[in-house]
Amino acid sequence: MMLLAIILLPMIGAAVPFMTERMGRTLCAYSAAIGPLIALGLLVSSAPTIFGGEVLYSQTSWLPSLGLNLNLRLDGLSLMFGFLIVGIGLLVILYARYYLAQRDSLAKLYALLQLFMMAMLGIVMSDNLMLLIVFWEITSLVSFLLIGYWSNQSDARKGARMALAVTGAGGLCLIAGALLIERIVGSFELGAIFAAGDEIRAHSSYPVILILVLLGAFTKSAQFPFQFWLPHAMSAPTPVSAYLHSATMVKAGVFLLARMYPALAGTEWWFYLVTFTGMATMLFGAYNALFKHDLKGLLAYSTISHLGLITMLFGFGTQLAVVAGIFHIINHATFKASLFMAAGIIDHETGTRDMRKINGMWKYMPHTALLAMVAALAMAGVPLLNGFLSKEMFFSEALHLESMGMFSWIFPLLATLAGVFSVAYSVRFIHDVFFNGEPIDLPKFPPHEPPRYMIVPVEVLVGLCLLVGIVPNLTVAPFLEAASLAVLGEQMPEYHIAIWHGVNLPLIMSMVAMAGGLIMYSQRTGLFAFYERKFRHDEKIVFESRVQFSVRVAQRFTDFIQNNSLQRYMALLIATAVAAIGYALWTMPQLLGPVAISDIEPVSLLGAVILIIGAFGTVLLHHNRLAALLLLSVVGLIVSLIFVRYSAPDLALTQLSVEVVTIVLLMLALYFMPQLTPNESGNKRVARDILLAGAAGIGMGLITLAILTQPFSSISDYYLANSVSGGGGANVVNVILVDFRGFDTLGEITVLAIAAVGIYAMLNGLHLPLPQADGEGRRWDKEPHPPILAVMARILLPLALMVSMFIFLRGHNAPGGGFIAGLVTSVALILQYVASGTAWMQQRLRWRYRRVAVSGVLIATLTGIGSWVFGYPFLTSTFSHIHWPVVGDFELASAMAFDIGVYITVVGATMLILAHLGKLAQSSHSPRPATSKPYSSPELTKGED
Amino acid sequence: MEILMATVIAVLTSCGVYLLLRGRTFPIILGLTLLTYGVNLFIFISGRLNPGSSTIIGVGEQYADPLPQALVLTAIVISFAMTAFVLVLALRARAELGNDHVDGRNSVEDVKS
Repeated sequence: MMLLAIILLPMIGAAVPFMTERMGRTLCAYSAAIGPLIALGLLVSSAPTIFGGEVLYSQTSWLPSLGLNLNLRLDGLSLMFGFLIVGIGLLVILYARYYLAQRDSLAKLYALLQLFMMAMLGIVMSDNLMLLIVFWEITSLVSFLLIGYWSNQSDARKGARMALAVTGAGGLCLIAGALLIERIVGSFELGAIFAAGDEIRAHSSYPVILILVLLGAFTKSAQFPFQFWLPHAMSAPTPVSAYLHSATMVKAGVFLLARMYPALAGTEWWFYLVTFTGMATMLFGAYNALFKHDLKGLLAYSTISHLGLITMLFGFGTQLAVVAGIFHIINHATFKASLFMAAGIIDHETGTRDMRKINGMWKYMPHTALLAMVAALAMAGVPLLNGFLSKEMFFSEALHLESMGMFSWIFPLLATLAGVFSVAYSVRFIHDVFFNGEPIDLPKFPPHEPPRYMIVPVEVLVGLCLLVGIVPNLTVAPFLEAASLAVLGEQMPEYHIAIWHGVNLPLIMSMVAMAGGLIMYSQRTGLFAFYERKFRHDEKIVFESRVQFSVRVAQRFTDFIQNNSLQRYMALLIATAVAAIGYALWTMPQLLGPVAISDIEPVSLLGAVILIIGAFGTVLLHHNRLAALLLLSVVGLIVSLIFVRYSAPDLALTQLSVEVVTIVLLMLALYFMPQLTPNESGNKRVARDILLAGAAGIGMGLITLAILTQPFSSISDYYLANSVSGGGGANVVNVILVDFRGFDTLGEITVLAIAAVGIYAMLNGLHLPLPQADGEGRRWDKEPHPPILAVMARILLPLALMVSMFIFLRGHNAPGGGFIAGLVTSVALILQYVASGTAWMQQRLRWRYRRVAVSGVLIATLTGIGSWVFGYPFLTSTFSHIHWPVVGDFELASAMAFDIGVYITVVGATMLILAHLGKLAQSSHSPRPATSKPYSSPELTKGED
Repeated sequence: MEILMATVIAVLTSCGVYLLLRGRTFPIILGLTLLTYGVNLFIFISGRLNPGSSTIIGVGEQYADPLPQALVLTAIVISFAMTAFVLVLALRARAELGNDHVDGRNSVEDVKS
């Protein structure tokens, strides 16, 4: 619980500043510090346990099914980082109180800083790799907001976007790496991953995993070639820079290296990738830092360089190098945070960060100057300061590296070279800012010391630099030991932090670096000019142009896929489906199953041939729409015969009646449409479509064959066994519809009713040009109701209704039921419309079909609700047998009421669709001069219902 | 018989898909209907081909699988509703746009690919 509290306190604290903001800035700062202070207290209280070699765990399950748990650990490494994160965070809170201008929202900054603190604590304390990544992503997001704090500045927005793009991309790589690790280890828990280190390293996908995880770490820690986002993140307020680029954000990357060290390190891949990336970053950063005129720019590149140094140490892979790497993390955090704060003070007091203008500050702010100089000397690695100790360890490790054989001399050489640059830019920071004559037209003049409390954080940090540098064993040793133990596992190497090791090679390298740095700085005028000529370029412009390039590529791709043509979308959709299923079919070891293929019967063959002719005929004749429609109806009829052949009388009846209704509907609609389809597809288009259609058909055919030759096993035995006893009906299909799966059917009829209502809405206010003649120029008959048809239809109506009643009533025990009966009733009614006309029907049948359809759904729903009254779940059915005087024994099932609902819905929906479409057509025959109006009058849209 | 059934489903799908890819609404609706036949038969055959069986308890010796039949029955009704909906949509589109091309333009410029 305590571990969870350490993370949650800053998160809760993020809300506090908003509440206290109105009470003044100082109170706001104090209240913001409460959460982190308690968290720091908790860390302090647990420190002795951790120093004793124990690890604290806390386990809370979150999404156990995904292997994602809120499991936390507090080991030496987490503790050390925890102190840096919370400690420096508190100092930054104090510092920001005085740094931010009155018009900037302090509460917003504090809230974001604390969210960031929470996320960083989460990263270092996660015991689950996925959880770590969740926090990792939170840092990316919050850093975006922090860097873009001054969101009205274009630089800030661009810098924030760049940081988010780079670290976000790295985060994605890291997720991929973590998923691969999970596939090998079977868990995201860090303990399990550490234990399976050998397994991971031996696995064939180890290089991929390593590269993905390293991409995550390197983007976060601004390693070459991803370093470019960091200098542009300097457009953030200085407290943010001091926090993000000393103790937190960029340290998350090197933390990940340390965290995954037990699982991934110790191979050649690791050595070469990490060491050389670190080395390139170190040299690149150190070299560029010297030439930046912007105070924060210098510090930014120096940060890159030091991060490279730390990365390189982890890459060396020796135990002492790891200790040195962790040591340098601590040291760099302290001196760099204080330097950023000092730079912020100078910026705050002079109004500029340009070192060509800021000179001679020693005279104006001696206190700040002294502190900044000590911190800068620590950065340079001068003895008696903490930077010296870790740098000596680095030199010593570089000297002892033998992995490269005869080329091993390259490491100490390049390390010294980086040292030379490091000294040079540190000296420049000191000399250029605090001495070097008088300031040149500063925006604020004369500058003076900042408010007292603004310097306190710097004093604390510089004090730490001195303490660690002079008495390391009393201050930093237990942290270092605990953290190294957490990374290295059980055995700790023999090491000894001391200020004086005697005159040895590392000391000589330090001396060379000092001397070289001073010489280099003295030659700066020439070097600056050289740099200006050769190396000046703005990564932001490059980055933005690449972003715009990728946007253009994406746009072109989108234009290809989404060209506003439905035909293109349809073709792409079908092509994708064909490709996906084709691939699955291709990779099947054996397409056909063991069931033997039966012989073809002549009658079935005949039916199939007629169907195939009908289908192809529909396609071939589709330019002549009426002919195509007639051929289509042939196909529908054969399909219903197939249902008859294979023991599905219910389906045959349904198909037959739907066929009639559909064809009537299509004919009605065709009246309003062109009778001919223009031939507008080019040969290429036709060939493409034939290819797609053929592929889709062959695919479906193959799947059909594959299914039919598989041994048959079905879940339907349950339905067959329980139909009579449970549903009270012998027709299993109908019992499934109205009882077993009644809820699905309720959904179906609801969809039907909605479709009908939708159609009604679309027909409302529809104006269509009325055709005067058919496709071949023959005028439409003005008297469309032949008397013979009308009379016959009237005779048929009661008969048809009786048949539909019969089909409905027997539906539970024999083929039939609500769906079919409803369709038969509809067909009978439509026949009256066709034979006698809408007007005639309207006088006699004053139903509002909308209400009919809806009431059908209502009845079905109420039947379902009815079972609640008796304490059963929705749509539970019951049945009993009653004895009627004449008819005899008769079964009454509650499912029948449900079926009535289905029946009414089907009738209502079908009639709603057809009658309204018919009304549209009918009105065109109303007497009217053929030439006057090309459009139907609005009166037809008003009519009843 | 299995091969014949597969052929029938393949032909229905092919013809349906080809018509779906046309540019005018009416052939597309015809294609949709053909594709519906194919898909319904496809679902139906997942219960295998059972000539001479029954889904009525107490009638006959052998039972056909009733579940795909129930699925297809509702599928037929729903596809009718869909056909009707698309058809009226096509009418509406023709009224609003003045042509029956799916892209709402009465030209042949899109013929090239």
